[in-house]
Amino acid sequence: MFLWEGLRWKMRSLLGVGVQLKLISNASRSHMSARSLIQLCRKNQAEWITFQHLCFLKRQYVMSSSGLCQRAIPKQESVTAVLDDRDDSVVSQVQKIPALKPEPATKALPSDPAEPEAARAARLEARQWKELKVEYSDLPGIYARLAKLKLTALVVTTAAAGYAMAPVPFDPVIFLMASFGTFLSSCTANSINQYFEVPFDSNMNRTKNRPLVRGQISPLHAVSFAMACGIPGVTLLTLGVNPLTGFLGALNIFLYTCCYTPLKRLSITNTWVGSVVGAIPPVMGWTAATGSLDPGALLLGAFLFSWQFPHFNALSWNLREDYSRGGYRMMSVTHPGLCKRVALRHSVGLIGLSALGPVLDVTTWTFPLVSLPINLYISYLAFRFYRYSDRQNARKLFFCSLWHLPMLLLLALTCKKSRVPQDEAAVAPSTPSVAL
Amino acid sequence: MNVKTGSYLIFRSVRPCYTRALLSLRSPCRGHRQSSSQPPKHAKRAERTGFSPAASSKYDWIGPPDRLSNLRPIIYHIPENETPLERKLRHLRQETEDWNHEFWTKQNFTFTKEKEEYVQSQLTTKGLSERDDDGRKRTLSSEEMAVFYKHFLDKNITRHASYNREWYRRNFTITLMMARVTLHNTWRILTGQTRGTGREKGRTT
Repeated sequence: MFLWEGLRWKMRSLLGVGVQLKLISNASRSHMSARSLIQLCRKNQAEWITFQHLCFLKRQYVMSSSGLCQRAIPKQESVTAVLDDRDDSVVSQVQKIPALKPEPATKALPSDPAEPEAARAARLEARQWKELKVEYSDLPGIYARLAKLKLTALVVTTAAAGYAMAPVPFDPVIFLMASFGTFLSSCTANSINQYFEVPFDSNMNRTKNRPLVRGQISPLHAVSFAMACGIPGVTLLTLGVNPLTGFLGALNIFLYTCCYTPLKRLSITNTWVGSVVGAIPPVMGWTAATGSLDPGALLLGAFLFSWQFPHFNALSWNLREDYSRGGYRMMSVTHPGLCKRVALRHSVGLIGLSALGPVLDVTTWTFPLVSLPINLYISYLAFRFYRYSDRQNARKLFFCSLWHLPMLLLLALTCKKSRVPQDEAAVAPSTPSVAL
Repeated sequence: MNVKTGSYLIFRSVRPCYTRALLSLRSPCRGHRQSSSQPPKHAKRAERTGFSPAASSKYDWIGPPDRLSNLRPIIYHIPENETPLERKLRHLRQETEDWNHEFWTKQNFTFTKEKEEYVQSQLTTKGLSERDDDGRKRTLSSEEMAVFYKHFLDKNITRHASYNREWYRRNFTITLMMARVTLHNTWRILTGQTRGTGREKGRTT
């Protein structure tokens, strides 16, 4: 009889004819006639019950008919996000409740009129369902983020510095073509990198707002953009500048996308490969000017190579948890001692490399002297990082590296060995250029 | 009528508004929905995510990051007269998405669980309670946590490497297929064939 009561109330709580049909089929299993069931239900329409009573009875009903176990989950039950080994439909029910209240979201996002923060807008936007339609007005911003515009700008700056340091007269056309070609190559490399790393980027805080993660463009679109940048870029470098620079550009793209990106998840050697990738742009700038791989080009490359270690090791020190969870194999996680030693070693190495400047006739003898303060400072911070290994020192080292590099290149430029014999003002006595 | 079909019908009847959209957008095999013993996989996904796009929408929809896997679910639009290639692509994308979701959910869950266990064990060895005097949870220093992070990475290296390989393979396949579909559609537009009539006639890719 109690089961019978449960049946009746259960029917009241759910809408739809299907319920009644189901109940009828169940009732027939319970040996009661269908007609009497319907008559009984129709009689008691006006009665009210409490919700708790209803839920209790519902549970009774559900437990007695095992086939319904999946459906009866009233909203008061606390659900945890713990996965259990039961089948997927139960798990999906568990996941449903903590999710958003379903919104019939239209194409337009709710505008926040008085909200100046773009971050808050992005956060709100991230919680909604969005149509995967490309908004053409958003494309420049999307492409800028896809190509990691700030990083690209830094890369082009180092290439331009490489060109400027080369001992040839300044040719604006070649300079512009080399810069633009490097710009396009860097855009390509960054886009392909993001294309490969979508699920990893989704899981790291630093990268979870990238365009492909957010679905602002499709993977095919990203690859097409990369090819549309890469092919003209490398062609421009090969035909407009010289084949060596074009080759270096293509090599750099290959190293970054096909070596560095997969290696990030396999071995710590990715940091060394990444440092080579960072070292190539100034070499490209130099070869764009001279057409050959001079020792001066390699010296500039060595500056960038050594600089990468204090820069990246300090950055990765504070991201250890994200890297570990994402499955990235970085020195800071797997070989912390090595990470600190390498950062210190290469910071001190920058002092030595600066001393090589006059030796290779790239700069005057003033360069090691004027660059000594900043080199000593970064070495000091690297030493503190090595010694104390805490977040504070890592952050200091990282931020120092950000201004150290432009400063170093600027100083090198001002101390550049002059090639003009007649010019005797303030510049050291000129020597015949070491041409190869 | 068996119980599961009945329960599916109940569910449909209590959901607001979008049942028609659900039917038209979700079932990969049209017309099989009523007789199947389980709701089609896409319907299950729509239930899981709790969202259905408007019936008139012609685009895919992407949702907020999932709480467990941090990946964003996509509900794919099924065009009328979908070609077999498009269907294959959609299924592959759906399957890859589910596979990814499963991997990352497991990864994140395992990581959090093992991290908690590690913190507990470290605190126990030190003889400290889980919460300090202010009632806040005790945390370990970065150096102590670093031991755990290294251990976690080393323990899972083979799993990560095989996931990596599989992900790259799927990503390439999906992108190539998307390119084929786009080329095919462009060719159809250029040669003036409409979707309804030109199906399977002049497939070049």
